[in-house]
Amino acid sequence: MTSLRIFFVGGLISFRALFSFLRPEIYIPSMLVAPIFQILLFVYIGRSAGLESDEFFVIGNAVQYAAIPCLFAMTFTIGGERFQHTLGYILVSPAPRLPLFLGRALPVVVNGFFVAAFSLVVGGLIVGIHVPASSFAPLALATLICAFSCTGLGLTGAGIGLLMRE
Amino acid sequence: MADGEPAATGTRSSLRVARVLVRGFALHLKMMMRSSFDGLLGVLWPLFFATIAFLMFRAGAGGESLVFASFGAAVMGIWSSTSTSAGSAMQRERWHGTLELLVSAPVHFATVLLPVTVAMSAMGLYSMVATLLLSRYVFGVDLPFEHPVAFGFAVVSAVVSIGAMGFLLAVSFVRYRTAWALGNLLEYPVWLIAGFLVPLTLLPGWVRPISWLLAPTWGVDAIRDAASGGNAWPEIALALALGTVYLGIGIAVLETVLASARRAGSLALA
Repeated sequence: MTSLRIFFVGGLISFRALFSFLRPEIYIPSMLVAPIFQILLFVYIGRSAGLESDEFFVIGNAVQYAAIPCLFAMTFTIGGERFQHTLGYILVSPAPRLPLFLGRALPVVVNGFFVAAFSLVVGGLIVGIHVPASSFAPLALATLICAFSCTGLGLTGAGIGLLMRE
Repeated sequence: MADGEPAATGTRSSLRVARVLVRGFALHLKMMMRSSFDGLLGVLWPLFFATIAFLMFRAGAGGESLVFASFGAAVMGIWSSTSTSAGSAMQRERWHGTLELLVSAPVHFATVLLPVTVAMSAMGLYSMVATLLLSRYVFGVDLPFEHPVAFGFAVVSAVVSIGAMGFLLAVSFVRYRTAWALGNLLEYPVWLIAGFLVPLTLLPGWVRPISWLLAPTWGVDAIRDAASGGNAWPEIALALALGTVYLGIGIAVLETVLASARRAGSLALA
């Protein structure tokens, strides 16, 4: 029970406390608007190069954008402890390590999935692509897997961040 | 003698401003070059995008479009190094606790801040050289350099005008505590709207007047024209003229911000 509480409650509290992007004035430009412009950039490069369809670039960039919040958030939720001088307290606490650190990953995966889904829907509407209804479930699964794996990579980056200043 | 004194004072004042600009530029350039974040990432980040763009153009249109993309991607780095850092230039001085000292220095604060943002855009030259080398030696693009002198002036005009745009961003976002997020936000739109990788003719008609107001549009056009043997001087003049306009607007905004800070008695919350 303690491990579950650390995993869910502790993970959520840490995410809210350490992921500085959660403020609207940062979240909206960085997580909601920037991916739309990235999608538009690649759609127009694709059109200029005469390569692939708009669907290819909208879906590709939207799913890729799950990586940004996952990589950044994991770095912040672990490396942030060091900057706030709380890492020592975390490491000496009797809480089990696995739920302590993996619990921080769950909100990150959910957030990464949301950012990618938002980018896909809004980017798709702006560019005017057609995605068949039968593709929704596989697309959602692929996005979720991408968010999950990028969170794992972010956790690795956070570990490296404990050893490097920048 | 009486007539000569004001002239001598004016000359001394101009020399002092020039010295602050040059010393400030050199000092901040040195500081940024010491940072692995500003240096290494500043080169690598645009190179990732440049590589993707080269691969896309090589697989698609190829030929002349690769030359077009090479010079556009080269200028992307100058804009990236400015947009992501300039927005928070004043905020950074606040964090360091040096903002009050700089504002109270016996020179106009604009002459302190401008070299900072021009140094930021000059850092993009790292990325520009790296991107041109990448396109030449990795992707085998035969890059023309028909007018080297005009090319040099075009690069300088791009750096200075983008630095002036950074100055405008720095003073405009001063009341916004998370200015760096806005600076980051502007990176992709300007890459797109300034025609770095996509010809402006492909964009909707209403976007073009916006692109004409952006100095990077004329900077990259000047570089392309100088390289390909066209007449780059009108674009160089337009880039510098726009840079001067940004500077004028920036100084006006700065005066307002400083007047507000004096009224409030606090720069920290200005």
